[in-house]
Amino acid sequence: MTEQNDKYTWFDKPANVKKIIAALCVVCALLLVAEFFYHKHPHFAVEEWFGFYAFYGFVMCVLLVLAAKLMRVVLMRDEDYYD
Amino acid sequence: MIEGLNPALILIVGALLVPLIPQPARRVYVVVLPLLSMLQLVLHPFGTFAEVALFNMTLETFRLDGLSFVFGLIFHIAAVLGVIYAIHDDDPIHPTAGLIYAGAAIGAAFAGDLLTLFVYWELTAASSVFLIWARRTETAFNAGMRYLIIQVGSGVILLAGLIVYFSDTGSIAFNEMNLETTAGKLIFLAFGIKCAFPFLHNWLQDTYPEATASGTVLLSAFTTKLAVYALARGYAGTEILIWIGAVMTAFPIFYAVIENDLRRVLAYSLNNQLGFMVVAVGIGTPLALNGAAAHAFCHILYKALLFMSMGAVLLRAGTCKGSELGGLYKSMPFTTVCCIIGAASISAFPLFSGFVSKSMIISAVAGEHLTLVWLMLIFASAGVFHHSGIKIPYFAFFAHDSGIRCEEAPLSMRVAMGITAALCIGIGVFPGALYAILPYPVDYVPYTAAHVITQLQLLMYSALAFTVMMLWKIYPPELKSVNLDTDWFYRKAAVKALTPVAALTSGATGTLFGQLNRISTGAISSLNKAAGPQARLSRPIESTNMVALVVGALLIFLALYLI
Repeated sequence: MTEQNDKYTWFDKPANVKKIIAALCVVCALLLVAEFFYHKHPHFAVEEWFGFYAFYGFVMCVLLVLAAKLMRVVLMRDEDYYD
Repeated sequence: MIEGLNPALILIVGALLVPLIPQPARRVYVVVLPLLSMLQLVLHPFGTFAEVALFNMTLETFRLDGLSFVFGLIFHIAAVLGVIYAIHDDDPIHPTAGLIYAGAAIGAAFAGDLLTLFVYWELTAASSVFLIWARRTETAFNAGMRYLIIQVGSGVILLAGLIVYFSDTGSIAFNEMNLETTAGKLIFLAFGIKCAFPFLHNWLQDTYPEATASGTVLLSAFTTKLAVYALARGYAGTEILIWIGAVMTAFPIFYAVIENDLRRVLAYSLNNQLGFMVVAVGIGTPLALNGAAAHAFCHILYKALLFMSMGAVLLRAGTCKGSELGGLYKSMPFTTVCCIIGAASISAFPLFSGFVSKSMIISAVAGEHLTLVWLMLIFASAGVFHHSGIKIPYFAFFAHDSGIRCEEAPLSMRVAMGITAALCIGIGVFPGALYAILPYPVDYVPYTAAHVITQLQLLMYSALAFTVMMLWKIYPPELKSVNLDTDWFYRKAAVKALTPVAALTSGATGTLFGQLNRISTGAISSLNKAAGPQARLSRPIESTNMVALVVGALLIFLALYLI
């Protein structure tokens, strides 16, 4: 337990964590704006939708986590289940 | 360079000497050995060498071509990085078993016939299990036994396939095969076990997290990628692989989200990444096979890097469980940065290695217009970022401060992580170097505006989803737990089902052997009476009697002769 390890860091400030979240939101917004500025060469019809990848990434991740939470109900056991 | 000398033999024979060399010379030797072997490989011309005639079969023990070269090279790099990572540990088991294991995987990749492949295939199993047992706990021992049974089992199925193949065709050459024949099916199954196909996969998640910190780094590199190579060699363009691979990319990520042991999370994501390669092999076009080889190359590096960072955490913090970690970035800043680089690479962020290889596979799928498979792969790409890209670094190094204060990783670990991280970024920034060694000529540009923007959209909105779910407390917390997977069938169900059978058998054998025992005791005692020390036959004969007997016999002989 050294003193160096216990120093108060930039990440410890809640205000800074909010800054990171805000930056993420700005990046996400800019990526949607970028939709207007590049040439699409789609292989599938869905790729032509506005912001398909963004929408799909967000929705599928939420569904992934919700499904995984449901799986816990059935599959989760105590840590020493196999011992 | 010695023409015809298989680098695998340099590694295997050289590794056997490791325990005999005292420290500190051993530290130098274990790094120089795979480097020398790599030099032998890089300078060696392509072709088939070291052919051996055995009965009426021809063994092609060293076949070097575009496909086997890529795998041979990355296996060497992984071996070098793996031994550097373990240098701080004086236990000779890691370099010895690790280098034999690497040599076996390289030998298997260079095998031009199925018998040579089988021998090296089994050697990978027999050598790598020591990396699990090196943990020296009962859990690790049991996990190692399960691992060994499954791995050797895969080899036995391969042997069965090889025998049928030989009797069908009269040849044992390891070339393209198909699923129409029995031999083709058996060999496919053997490869599928090692490649952790769905329902055959669980040996991977069961055993890799039970190995030592250094052991898992080595384990993650060879066995499964050897299986990918074998599939690419034997079953390229086999359509069912596309579907097997697509399922492999998707289902492990559900487990990864709720798994608490972070090295097990990585084992699930390893499985998911193999799925991308299997899909590519199933498509089988030059672009897809290049993608499979390139992705195996990049994957070995970033997966090793992730396992290295988690190994460092295990060594220093004493645990890899998400529920007990957090805030380690203060104690282990270097490891944190390396972990994030590995996470960015596996998530295929532009400028990191995964991007330049995975986009080849996704483009190959798109080129074939496989809509459902493509949607699954895109989902799996977002999912892998979710659990490997965010969950691993977040719960280990950030999240709530667990209060654990420990030392930074030892120097050897930091050197290995630093080199691996540099390679991950180097490949991402200069993909041309990787593309130059792929089996087919590459006409592919990863960095187009469309690729970069769509990939960033996918990843950043996954990150946004994670953030929203964390803020709204929807995200499942890390809990001390295990999750049932297919290993339940043989670790619980089979044990439960077989316990009465075992009791019955032991009862029956008890009765049977009781009877046998009585009979044999009787037999022994009557034999003892007839021929034992006190028996008539065993009594000593006096020498005069003996002489009389011999003289009598001679007289009879003489009499008979004269007549």
